[in-house]
Amino acid sequence: MTAVQKSFGATHALKNVSLEVAQGEVHVLIGENGAGKSTLMKILSGACHPDAGTVELDGRPFVPGDPLHARRSGIAMIYQELTLAPYLSVEENILLGEEPARFGWINRSRRRELAHQALAELHHENIPLDAHVRSRTLAEQQIVEIARALIREPKVLIMDEPTSSLTQVDTRNLFAVIGRLRQRGVSIIYISHLLEECGQIGDRYTVLRDGESVAAGDMASADLRQIIRCMVGREISEIYPRTPHALGEPVLEVRALEGRPKPKSATFTLRAGEILGIAGLVGAGRTETLRSCFGLDRIEGGAVLVQSKEATYRTPAQRLAGGMGLLSENRKEEGLMISRSLADNLTITRYAPLSSCGFIRRGRQRRAAQEWMDRLAVRARHPEQMVGELSGGNQQKIALGRLLHHQASVFLLDEPTRGIDVGSKAQIYKLIGELAGQGKSILFVSSYLPELLGICDTIGVMCRGVLSEVRPADEWTEHMIIAAAIGQTGAATA
Amino acid sequence: MTQPAVSKKSLNVFHAINVIGPFFGLLLVLGLFSLNSEVRPYLFTGGNLKIILLQTVIVAIGAMGMTMIIVSGGIDLSVGSVVALTSVVGATLLVKGCSTGVTIVLTVLAGGLIGLLNGLVIAGFGMTPFIVTLGMMGVVRGAAKWLAGNQTVNTPAGAPLDHLMARVSPTELFPLPPGVWIAAGLAVIVAVVMRQTVFGRYLFAIGSNEATARLCGIRVRLQKILTYALAGLLFGVAGLMQVSRLTQGDPTVAIGLELDIIAAVVIGGASLNGGTGSVLGSMIGALIMAVLRNGSNQMGWQNYTQEIIIGIVIIIAVGLDQLRQSRMRR
Repeated sequence: MTAVQKSFGATHALKNVSLEVAQGEVHVLIGENGAGKSTLMKILSGACHPDAGTVELDGRPFVPGDPLHARRSGIAMIYQELTLAPYLSVEENILLGEEPARFGWINRSRRRELAHQALAELHHENIPLDAHVRSRTLAEQQIVEIARALIREPKVLIMDEPTSSLTQVDTRNLFAVIGRLRQRGVSIIYISHLLEECGQIGDRYTVLRDGESVAAGDMASADLRQIIRCMVGREISEIYPRTPHALGEPVLEVRALEGRPKPKSATFTLRAGEILGIAGLVGAGRTETLRSCFGLDRIEGGAVLVQSKEATYRTPAQRLAGGMGLLSENRKEEGLMISRSLADNLTITRYAPLSSCGFIRRGRQRRAAQEWMDRLAVRARHPEQMVGELSGGNQQKIALGRLLHHQASVFLLDEPTRGIDVGSKAQIYKLIGELAGQGKSILFVSSYLPELLGICDTIGVMCRGVLSEVRPADEWTEHMIIAAAIGQTGAATA
Repeated sequence: MTQPAVSKKSLNVFHAINVIGPFFGLLLVLGLFSLNSEVRPYLFTGGNLKIILLQTVIVAIGAMGMTMIIVSGGIDLSVGSVVALTSVVGATLLVKGCSTGVTIVLTVLAGGLIGLLNGLVIAGFGMTPFIVTLGMMGVVRGAAKWLAGNQTVNTPAGAPLDHLMARVSPTELFPLPPGVWIAAGLAVIVAVVMRQTVFGRYLFAIGSNEATARLCGIRVRLQKILTYALAGLLFGVAGLMQVSRLTQGDPTVAIGLELDIIAAVVIGGASLNGGTGSVLGSMIGALIMAVLRNGSNQMGWQNYTQEIIIGIVIIIAVGLDQLRQSRMRR
């Protein structure tokens, strides 16, 4: 393979993009949400067609007519959302569509062999071939997804935000896998918002902004600040802004909280004006802790005290009435009503100020929504637009905006910056800082350590359902958090 | 991620089609029938329009309740049986000498009671509405036959209830029977409730994403129970119309009515996945069904031809719904 080159004109999504990927390199594609990365990859994988410009594969013109054609030509794509069949086994998933068969009769032993081989190549033979995919962890599912791509022996493997739902440990494993693929001569196009990991894994990079490729070069000699400037088109002076805020009275006290199956034991006190971070691996029980506090999951033991009072009945409705708000880690499936309007999504928990005599005033609702959209700098056309049409960062602002409209005083935020671009992230950090400055309390769950260390006052680490002692953020280092997250408590004190 | 400007425009066009689609369908059906020169002069006479409206009333009132249920992501297959049962209840009450007012209230409440039961089972045990109401369809039908002693119950001659659906001056459009006005009034009320009240907006919220609704503090179970109960009240009203139309309570009436009603709601632009739909659309959908029946009769088509045609129309309508959804997802 010599080069893949593309340039386009006329469309709004991609104005003029060139991209060149050499064999066996990891090429990092960087850009804010809406910069055109996904559109570019859709063209490469045959999901849509370029209006102008050329694509070459192995030096020959290559125009994928549809995804199947692209796949047969050696281009495999791993999407941000996994595309596995949850009720089929690992083995069946890996060979889905490529079953070794004669006259429609599947050769099961051959299939088993191939699936095992694919996993072995990724050094993940530990994943049982017979297990339902849905019973495996997210990280393992991702490995299965990659194995499925490998079965087709791709020349080019496109990975769209593969680490957005992985923890640091799983990410490291994934990078090891990518390294092995590179050695086999597979070219990898790697899309990510996390610049640090781009620097870790990438050989070369291309930066997209507003549908144009604005910079490219070797990752080794690149300056991250320079790349951010190219990406955003402006300087982001401070990604983690520090707004001065004082800690006040306890507003949420959690004592030996227990749920089924998680958390096993969580104890912490959240004070007014405090940003409390919870770190840990995916599946450690962080989400369940938030859900139990909010009344979404049943509490099996321990106590949750709001404003120093213990509520007998705990439902989300009562928690909301008490000024608590939860931001779900799963924007699409839980956090938002994708097919409803921005206005509906923003205002649903507090219709009272928008209605008279029980009737909602559409005009008032629209104005309130527009106000929040302006304050949060949401890039959208109209409050009546469907949330699903927005980019991830803007969707997340809407989800946060709902809590603001609700006038919540305790914010339970579950991975609020997952899968969104640097610009939106910076805005969300700033917003969280401002909220704390106003005396609001924030419980901040994240798998991304720099942001936890960057904005939190105090941090606790969750490991297998147990929350560690909560300590001031400056007493933690990344190394200590990782050690605590994987259960090496001895190292945590080092 | 990035949507080219072009596709956003086409999305708006699709939204527009979504709203005017049912109207267009109604015009199309009327237009096709009026192509026939023998049918055309009769189709638009006042007397025939009155028949069409009368034939629409029961499906329309049922469709209002069904719209609420379908928008909230559920389904109710027991409507036909509920209409039969409430028609028996109404007729029996009249025979027993109850006053018209008491009869109306109790009949409507009977419908609400069945709806409440549906809602309690569905929300209480977290069961699939399809299965629960399928079972209820049999239970209620059986109860109707039992209550009626397996035969029709004739209302006393000249009962005031008969006026609801009576065809006075059959060659003129006006005066319209009170049943038509009642249906129109109820449609306005239900439409306003769905569009402008918190209860109504919560229906859309639950239907488009139940997990989000729970997260937003909506009492999903309570809301579902209320929805089925309210819809049941409307089905009870439909049952009253049924008594008035036949001047008898018939436990074997309205078999398959649930499918007509669901078809009307879907033709009207609702999605069976929940989250979308409108009362206005469903009313047009109900009219389309009635016009199809009426027109087919005048074309002299056999019953089986009508059934085939209506079946095809439903498939086309649902197909359009899916097309619309796939566009929206993109």
